[in-house]
Amino acid sequence: MLAVATTAMAAGMLEKVQKNGSLILGVSEGVTGFSAPDSQGRWVGFDVDMGRAVAAAVLKNPEAITFVPLASKQKIVAVSSGQVDLVSRTTTWTMKRDCKQGVDFTAVVFYDGQGFMVKKSLGVKSAKELAGASVAVVSGTTSELNVADFARLNHIKLETVVFDSKKEAFNAYSAGRCDAFTTDVSQLASLRTSAADPQNHIILPELISKEPLAPYVRHGDNQWKDLVTWVLYGLIEAEEKGITQANVLQMKASSTDPVVRRMLGVSGDIGSFINLDNDWLVRAIQAVGNYGEIYNRAFGPATMLDIPRGRNALWLDGGLLYAMPIR
Amino acid sequence: MSSIADIKSQLPMLLAQTVVIGVILYCVLVLFHNTQANLHARNIASGFGFMSVEGGLPINDTLASYDSSASYGYAFFMGILNTLFVSILGIIFATILGVLVGCARVSSNWLVSRVATVYVEILRNIPLLLTLFFTYSVVLSSLPQPRESFVPLTNVFVNNRGAFLPRPEFHADMIWVCMAMLGAGILSWYLVRRSRKMRDETGRGFYAGWMSLALCIGLPGITYLLAPASLTFDYAELHGFNFKGGMILRPEFCALLIGLVLYTGAFIAENVRSGIQSVPVGQIDAARALGLKPRLVMSKVVLPQTLRVCIPATINDYTSLVKNSSLAVAIGYPDMVSVGGTIIGQNDQAIEIIGLWMAVYLTINLVISLGMNWFNAKVQMVER
Repeated sequence: MLAVATTAMAAGMLEKVQKNGSLILGVSEGVTGFSAPDSQGRWVGFDVDMGRAVAAAVLKNPEAITFVPLASKQKIVAVSSGQVDLVSRTTTWTMKRDCKQGVDFTAVVFYDGQGFMVKKSLGVKSAKELAGASVAVVSGTTSELNVADFARLNHIKLETVVFDSKKEAFNAYSAGRCDAFTTDVSQLASLRTSAADPQNHIILPELISKEPLAPYVRHGDNQWKDLVTWVLYGLIEAEEKGITQANVLQMKASSTDPVVRRMLGVSGDIGSFINLDNDWLVRAIQAVGNYGEIYNRAFGPATMLDIPRGRNALWLDGGLLYAMPIR
Repeated sequence: MSSIADIKSQLPMLLAQTVVIGVILYCVLVLFHNTQANLHARNIASGFGFMSVEGGLPINDTLASYDSSASYGYAFFMGILNTLFVSILGIIFATILGVLVGCARVSSNWLVSRVATVYVEILRNIPLLLTLFFTYSVVLSSLPQPRESFVPLTNVFVNNRGAFLPRPEFHADMIWVCMAMLGAGILSWYLVRRSRKMRDETGRGFYAGWMSLALCIGLPGITYLLAPASLTFDYAELHGFNFKGGMILRPEFCALLIGLVLYTGAFIAENVRSGIQSVPVGQIDAARALGLKPRLVMSKVVLPQTLRVCIPATINDYTSLVKNSSLAVAIGYPDMVSVGGTIIGQNDQAIEIIGLWMAVYLTINLVISLGMNWFNAKVQMVER
């Protein structure tokens, strides 16, 4: 039995995915903007598009994905046990997860932070004024720890009420059981859109934690980890170079920029670095567009969420997104 | 000779059983070993070492004093206490409700028996999780905001953050009140025994029940009046968002308890009804013919026989109640599963926590089973 388990692990994820013809992707149970089924039951969102880019690069088909919705508690075990090939599900990159939980993070795709949402009528302007308030929290995340740390640091007392699901936690907050609701700011924005009266809720300015969200794979399969990492870098680099879903084929045919020519596989052999053909990035961009296009589709001004790029802007624009050079 | 022959005839059976047990044990060992090896190979942390690490978990509702700087182990222990607390209260109230409704089900009063039937059929046939969501939203939406608290009694405040009651604080003189209570208890026990003995011998007892009640209230009461400083109260006061001080019954706890009691009570009521209906009508007629009052017919003839039918089924309902309390996490009560879930979220050592959950539920339910089976053996009819 032991021998069987070990051989199963040694087989590379890339071969496995190519053999199955489908990428098994762990996603959330439904967070608008990140990953949720649309009215036709098709999974859409920021995290989903990252998965589609990988599927397009590896399998030449962005639809060749088997979606596995994961509860917060399962998300790490699902990938470390091999149930899913890749998890793209609003997960914070932490030291313990990276070192001791059997997963490897690829690249940060979203710089988030935990914040508080309160009703406007409460008249609170800062999280530090929340002393004595009761706060709704979702279980199975790092948010409980962050709230407790924040309260201890600022010598205020917060009553936390921990719920299993976001929906119940949000209901308790809307019903007035809790004064505030806390989770990552992007998700606060997402939940606010589902409230009956979005304009009556405000998100307080303080961010009480760093939450770099990154897709991750099973620990130890470096070939697969490299592949996913560079697909993500490719999407960010594409935005920097102005390569879009619409112009990618034209850029490939006529661009004279040596960097773009290398990225799109016209020159060089970037495909061999990750055991794919030279067109992998072209396919990924054709499928979902560059990072900026993905972001705008999920969170842009045209959406209900309308989350400003902020720290998720390119480094050239004062943000934190900085792709490693593709060469 | 016979014993050797017995063993010989049983030998194949014994061998087969030994082999089956051996195979099961081997499989368990291989599974354990394989898990360990795989965890190690993937460099995944295992073991219970993390339990002594500072957890940083916030828990709002604990029975003992708790601070978020406590260790994971202590936080988990708080969760176990909450599970036990809600289970014990749930079992007590569900039993009371179940017996009342069970009796009402067989009542000759049309309205009473119909109301009981409707209650049982509704609660028994709705998933508990929905009942909990329902009770929680009813509790929340029916209660006012803290600033508009409902004040049923002086210094008692009810709002959607909970019921705030004065918290009793005991001082040194309390020892005398406790001793008076103990004395009254011993005296009452003696009185009741004495009265029972007299009734058995002479057919006439005295009102031991009322006398003990008077003793148990009177004696500690007088002692307290003599030493009024023994007990003071900490009252809740409105500060900023919410009340501070006092004792709090939180809406999550109340909703969970109400949901569990309503749900399990319906099942226990059915056990009680089946127990009552298992007593042959002839016995009740006979008791009536002897001139026993309805109350005596119930307490001396029907209920003692009811117990032996309904206890085995009720053990199941008690253990279900304990297991069902794990749904607490859905409505925000920090039971063992909720706290454990938070620990998994921070640590990602799911296997250890799930193992602990199973061990704790198993222990609680085995203790309940043992106790109830012992009680069951006591009330079974002794064949003479």
